[in-house]
Amino acid sequence: MTKVLMKGNEAIGAAAIAAGCKYFFGYPITPQSELPEYMSRELPKIGGVFLQSESEVAAINMVYGASGAGARVMTSSSSPGISLKQEGISYIAAAELPCLICNIMRGGPGLGGIQPSQTDYFQATRGGGNGDYRLLAFAPANIQEMVDLIIEGFDLADIYRNPVMICGDGMLGQMMEPVEFTNHTKRELPEKTWATTGTQGKRKPNIINSLYLEASILEDHNKHLIEKYNKIKENEVRVETVGLEDAQLVFSAYGTTSRIVKSAMTMLQEEGYKVGLIRPITIWPYPYDAFKKINEKCKDILVVEMNTGQMTDDVKIAVEGRQKVHFHGRQGGMIPSPEEIAQVARELLGGK
Amino acid sequence: MAAVIYKRTEGLVDVPTHYCPGCTHGIIHKLVGQVLEEMDLLGKAIGIAPVGCSVLAYNYFNCDMHEAAHGRAPAVATGIKRVLPENFVFTYQGDGDLASIGAAEIVHAAHRGEKISTVFVNNAIYGMTGGQMAPTTLIGQKTSTSPLGRTVEHSGRPLHVCELLSTIDGAKFVERVSVDTPANIRKAKKAIRDCFEVQEKGLGFGIVEVLSTCPTNWGLAPNDALQWLRDNMMPVYPLGSFRNPKEAE
Repeated sequence: MTKVLMKGNEAIGAAAIAAGCKYFFGYPITPQSELPEYMSRELPKIGGVFLQSESEVAAINMVYGASGAGARVMTSSSSPGISLKQEGISYIAAAELPCLICNIMRGGPGLGGIQPSQTDYFQATRGGGNGDYRLLAFAPANIQEMVDLIIEGFDLADIYRNPVMICGDGMLGQMMEPVEFTNHTKRELPEKTWATTGTQGKRKPNIINSLYLEASILEDHNKHLIEKYNKIKENEVRVETVGLEDAQLVFSAYGTTSRIVKSAMTMLQEEGYKVGLIRPITIWPYPYDAFKKINEKCKDILVVEMNTGQMTDDVKIAVEGRQKVHFHGRQGGMIPSPEEIAQVARELLGGK
Repeated sequence: MAAVIYKRTEGLVDVPTHYCPGCTHGIIHKLVGQVLEEMDLLGKAIGIAPVGCSVLAYNYFNCDMHEAAHGRAPAVATGIKRVLPENFVFTYQGDGDLASIGAAEIVHAAHRGEKISTVFVNNAIYGMTGGQMAPTTLIGQKTSTSPLGRTVEHSGRPLHVCELLSTIDGAKFVERVSVDTPANIRKAKKAIRDCFEVQEKGLGFGIVEVLSTCPTNWGLAPNDALQWLRDNMMPVYPLGSFRNPKEAE
């Protein structure tokens, strides 16, 4: 299949449709509105349903219903809208239903701004809604990777019966890049015997539920969820690493920020510095083990994000004190330049 | 051989419910179960339980059930019905759930003409959480969060859900009934049946509001509660049809 030039937000829609998603419920918000617009054009053509809901709260609860009824379904939004969806996401995680949620992140807190940001790292990796639950959270760095992760993400949602979140920053939604929708490996997916499709008088009623009034039963449910999350941690960690064996300094960055970091790395390498990179592709489960591969002489990690340093907590957990964790970030929709990142690195490396 | 003239409906699971003595949820459950059974809908029905007194309704109706977040039942029902348009989808909601926290969801389900049916149980109070004021609480009614009685100045007047929804074009069936007497129970059952038929015919959204008692939180004996409903709720919430496709013809 040949490559086509696509805007990120539209590529998300095309990827979802390629993955067999026929249902989209959402509410307009910048900078992701091209996605619902795309779905409103394309889903009716394949017998699917696009529905613009009255709110983000309603949209995620429509996803909850549709997923319970056995459909491959998604919603998308941007930061403040994702906050509104947290109630529904917690219910979906608790009831163990599959779905895909895209967050094209913008600056915050509050109404914030509409420029690219990575401010929802905590929200995506620590829960966001109430209770002990986790999302499989992907942070793609380019549109092709985003497309691939969406197609695979729907399968993983079905396999683990868990919501999957794609965390793209505003840049990824708005930029255009060539992409292809290659033949992805077909996985064996579990049958949805739990779905509320009507008993047809042939089986006992199915019940989709997240209420457990008996404390011991709710504790058992939590233990069951933890077992599942541990399985996800074992099997689904994804990370890209560069030059850890001889780096004097290792960067850690995800999403489009990691691409800017790579430009800074090229500049530094041309000056003779040895620098490495750990780029989490899954931000949950987090690639803690990748940090163990950093050579012993390396004493500094430089985390670069478009927020105030939300990932540094995970990096500190990962390095267990072996390296000092530094941070450089920009906020509010400001984008760090390769030059400023390289300069911070030079200072840490003792240069000028 | 004696003829069977009455038996428990197949529409309900044969388990004890958690409802308080004298509460009319039991009657309303039975009517919904009977209508589902008589219309042969049980095999294709998917019910949405709310948050509130009837939160455990998913254990009682003998069909597939989905337990929603507080107020979100119409959104969950929308998601299900859009995926399974041939199935029968209904929500069962109380007044806190539907008229307060879920006001947006019910209005917009009606506004879209969503082909779902809603059974709305109005007892003018929050029952499950211990008798707090609802949007439907009457003026002067004492509750645990309006200890001196609801006042217009502080909390406005009771919200009239049927009157509100009957201004929305997509709501094709809107009726308020009561279950305080055998005669009214029969009328309530007919309204539920008519409402469910509106969905089966694909006409749009339908809702039956059922005036209900809460003896526990009203602090009244069951019989006195029924009389209180007649004396106080019915004048504020008049029974009758607000929208019916037959009238429109």
